[in-house]
Amino acid sequence: MLSRNSSRAAQRLLRAAAQPQQRLNVARGFASVSDPAQTVQSDIFKPTKYGGKYTVTLIPGDGIGAEVAENVKEVFKADNVPITWEQIEVSGLDDATPTGRTEEKFQEAVASLRRNKLGLKGILHTPISRSGHQSFNVAMRQELDIYASISLVKNIPGLKTRHDNIDMCIIRENTEGEYSGLEHQSVPGVVESLKIITRAKSERIAKFAFSFALANNRKKVTCIHKANIMKLADGLFRGTFQRLAKDFPQLECNDMIVDNASMQCVGRPQQFDVMVMPNLYGGILSNIAAALVGGPGVVPGCNMGRDVAVFEPGCRHVGLDIKGKDQANPTALLLSGAMLLRHLGLDDHANRISNAVYDVIAQGKVRTPDMGGNATNQEFTRAILNSMEKAL
Amino acid sequence: MLALRSIAAPVQRQCFRAAPRAAVTLSLQNQRLYSQDRVAKFNGQKDAQGRYTVSLIEGDGIGPEIAVAVKDIFAAAKTPIAWEPINVDPILKDGKTAIPDAAIESIKKNKVALKGPLATPIGKGHVSLNLTLRRTFNLFANLRPCRSVAGYKTPYDNVDTVLIRENTEGEYSGIEHVVVDGVVQSIKLITREASERVLRYAFQHARAIGRKKVRVVHKATIMKMSDGLFLTVGNQIAKEFPDIEFDAELLDNTCLKMTTDPVPYNDKVLVMPNLYGDILSDMCAGLIGGLGLTPSGNIGDECSIFEAVHGSAPDIAGKGLANPTALLLSSMMMLRHMGLTEYADRIEKAAFATLAEGKALTGDLGGKAKTHEFAAAIIEKL
Repeated sequence: MLSRNSSRAAQRLLRAAAQPQQRLNVARGFASVSDPAQTVQSDIFKPTKYGGKYTVTLIPGDGIGAEVAENVKEVFKADNVPITWEQIEVSGLDDATPTGRTEEKFQEAVASLRRNKLGLKGILHTPISRSGHQSFNVAMRQELDIYASISLVKNIPGLKTRHDNIDMCIIRENTEGEYSGLEHQSVPGVVESLKIITRAKSERIAKFAFSFALANNRKKVTCIHKANIMKLADGLFRGTFQRLAKDFPQLECNDMIVDNASMQCVGRPQQFDVMVMPNLYGGILSNIAAALVGGPGVVPGCNMGRDVAVFEPGCRHVGLDIKGKDQANPTALLLSGAMLLRHLGLDDHANRISNAVYDVIAQGKVRTPDMGGNATNQEFTRAILNSMEKAL
Repeated sequence: MLALRSIAAPVQRQCFRAAPRAAVTLSLQNQRLYSQDRVAKFNGQKDAQGRYTVSLIEGDGIGPEIAVAVKDIFAAAKTPIAWEPINVDPILKDGKTAIPDAAIESIKKNKVALKGPLATPIGKGHVSLNLTLRRTFNLFANLRPCRSVAGYKTPYDNVDTVLIRENTEGEYSGIEHVVVDGVVQSIKLITREASERVLRYAFQHARAIGRKKVRVVHKATIMKMSDGLFLTVGNQIAKEFPDIEFDAELLDNTCLKMTTDPVPYNDKVLVMPNLYGDILSDMCAGLIGGLGLTPSGNIGDECSIFEAVHGSAPDIAGKGLANPTALLLSSMMMLRHMGLTEYADRIEKAAFATLAEGKALTGDLGGKAKTHEFAAAIIEKL
C-alpha cells in the first residue's frame, strides 16, 4: 500500500516539477519566504472552497498556541483573506480541562483536516511519562501521512544574530525512522527501540526534496545520514537518495554525516541549501538551524502529504513557559500562514502579510522579547496591523 | 511484526549474525554490580623511577608529528610519564578486525593510552579501529569537554561545556536487519546496566571537576521506553549524589538553547545516550572552532584511552603544519585522570596562553608557525 501510494504521489510530484511553472518564484525576493506550495500542483490538491472562501482547519495547540492563533486570525481578517477557520481545540496536556486531551478531539481534528485538506497548527504538548499517550503531533502526521516536513531557515532582515546569509531548507521524513513508536522491553532493564527505514518512504522523501529544490530554484540538495554506523538503515536512505539523484543532473547533490553536519551548521551554515534527512536528525538540525536565525519564534514550516498540507512553525516548540504572558512571538505562525496562502495561490495576501511582518521586525522598534525587544505580543501584532494599513 | 519476521527467515540471518555480539557484552555487564565505588578509577602503577607508563598510539597522517610535540612539551614540564609506543595496525583474527595482542597487553598493563588520529581502512569487512578499541577495552563513556580558545575567534565566546556520551549501546548497537526487501529495522538498545554506569560516571565526574549540576539530555517524549529508562535511571542515581543538582532536558531544547547561547551550560555536565552525544559533542566542537581544538577521553572500567578526534589529514602529513592542540588537551585530560593535576594545570595554562597570544599559531588557526614552533612557544611559557 505504501509503495503504491508513494509512487503515485512521487509521480505527481515529478510531473509537477517537470512542468514549466509560470507563476513560480514571483515572491522569492528580499522580504519573502520561498514558496513550497509550488511543489504541489492543483491536480493533487483540491482544498474546499465554498462561496469563494476556503475552509481551513485551525488547531491552536498548547502553550503559546492560543495567543498566536488569535494573532493570525486578527491579521488575516484585517487583510480580508478569503478563509473561514474551522477551529479545533486539541490539547496534549494531561490536565487540560474542560477541552481535555481526549482521543475524540484528536480524531475530530484529523477528520477536519481530511475534509479541508488544509490546516494551520500550533504545537501540541507531549508528556514524558511512560503511561502518557503517544505524541499527538507524531500521531497526526502518521494518520494523515503528511510525510514531508519543511522548515525554512533564513535570516530575517534586520534581526541580527551570530550568523549572516543563512538560507537553508530542512526537509525531514515525518512518518517513520526513530519515531516509529515501536519499543519493547525484552527483559527488565533491556529496552529495544526500533528505527524503521523503508525504501518506499526514502524514495518518496528524496523525490520530494529534489522536486522542491527544482521548483524553488534551489541549487543543492544535501542528504544527512549516519550510514557509517547504521550501515543498513541509513545506508538504505542514502543509497536511495544517491540513486534518485542521478535523475536530477541539474541539481548539485551531496551527502554528509549528521554529526559533521551539525558541526558545520554552527560553524559555516551558509554552505547548506536544501537538506533532506530521516526523522530524528531533522528534529536536531531544525533546532540548531532555528537557533542560528533567531529561535523558534521566527521559523515557519509546513508538513506536506499527498492529500493534506498542515502548516505549523518550522521549529516545533510548545512554549509552555511563556504561555499566557503576552510575550509570544507570532512571526513563525504568521509566516507559516503566509506559506499557506501561497499554497492556495493567494500570493497578494501572502505578500502583504509577510511584508508587514518583515517591515516591523526590520524597523526594530517593536519586537517581542525573544527578538531582543520588550514589546508584548499584542503590541507586536498591532504594529503589524498598522504596517499593513499603511501599505494599502 | 513477529509474523513478518518468521516469513522473512532467510533475511533474518543478518540479524542473528549481529545479535551474539550484543548478547556477549550484555552478559558481561550483568556480572558487574556497580556500587558506590568510583567508576573507572585509575589503577596504574608507578615504575622504579616514580613514573607512570602510558601506551602511545601515534596514529596515521599527522599523528607522529603532533605526538612529538606532545612528548616534547611533557618532557619540558618534567611530567612523570614514560611513553610506550605501540602499533595498532589492524589484523584479521577469525575473520574479524582486531588489534595486535602486544598492543592489547600494553594498554591492559598501563591502564591508560594516548592516541592520535587513525585512518580507518576503507573497504568491506573492516570495522573502524576506534570501534574495535572501544569494544576491546569496554570503553563505556566518551568524555568531551569544549572550551573556547582565546586566540581563535568564533561567533561564540566563553564556551565551556562538558558532555558525556554513552559509548557502547543505544543507536550504535550495530543490530540491524532487513525485514523484507526495502524495509530495514535498526535497533536502539538501552540497558539499565550501561545507563547506570555512564550516569554514575557523569555524577562522579561532575564532582571531580567541581560542577554542581548534571543534566540528562533525552527524547523520552517520543521514545518513552528507551530514553524513558535512561531518564528513570538518572533520577535513581541522582539520589546517591545529594550534593549535585539533577535535571533533564529534551534534546530539541538542548540543541536550540546551546546554539542560541552556550554559556548557561558552563556550570553543567551533560550526559546522554550514544547518538545524541555523538551529534551534540561535534556540534559543541563547532561552537569553538572545530575538532582541531577539542580533546576527548574514552573511559572504561579498567583502561581509558584519550585521543584527538580529528582526522589524520594525510594532505599535510609530514610538512610540519599540523596543530597539536587537540592531542595536547587530550593528554591534559589524561594527566587529570591519573591524578597528576598540577602538571596538567601548568601545561594547560601555558598552552592557552600561547594560543591567546596568537604569535605562534599553526595554519588552521590563521597563523604561520610550524608544529615544532608552536610546541616551542608553549615550552617557553612553562
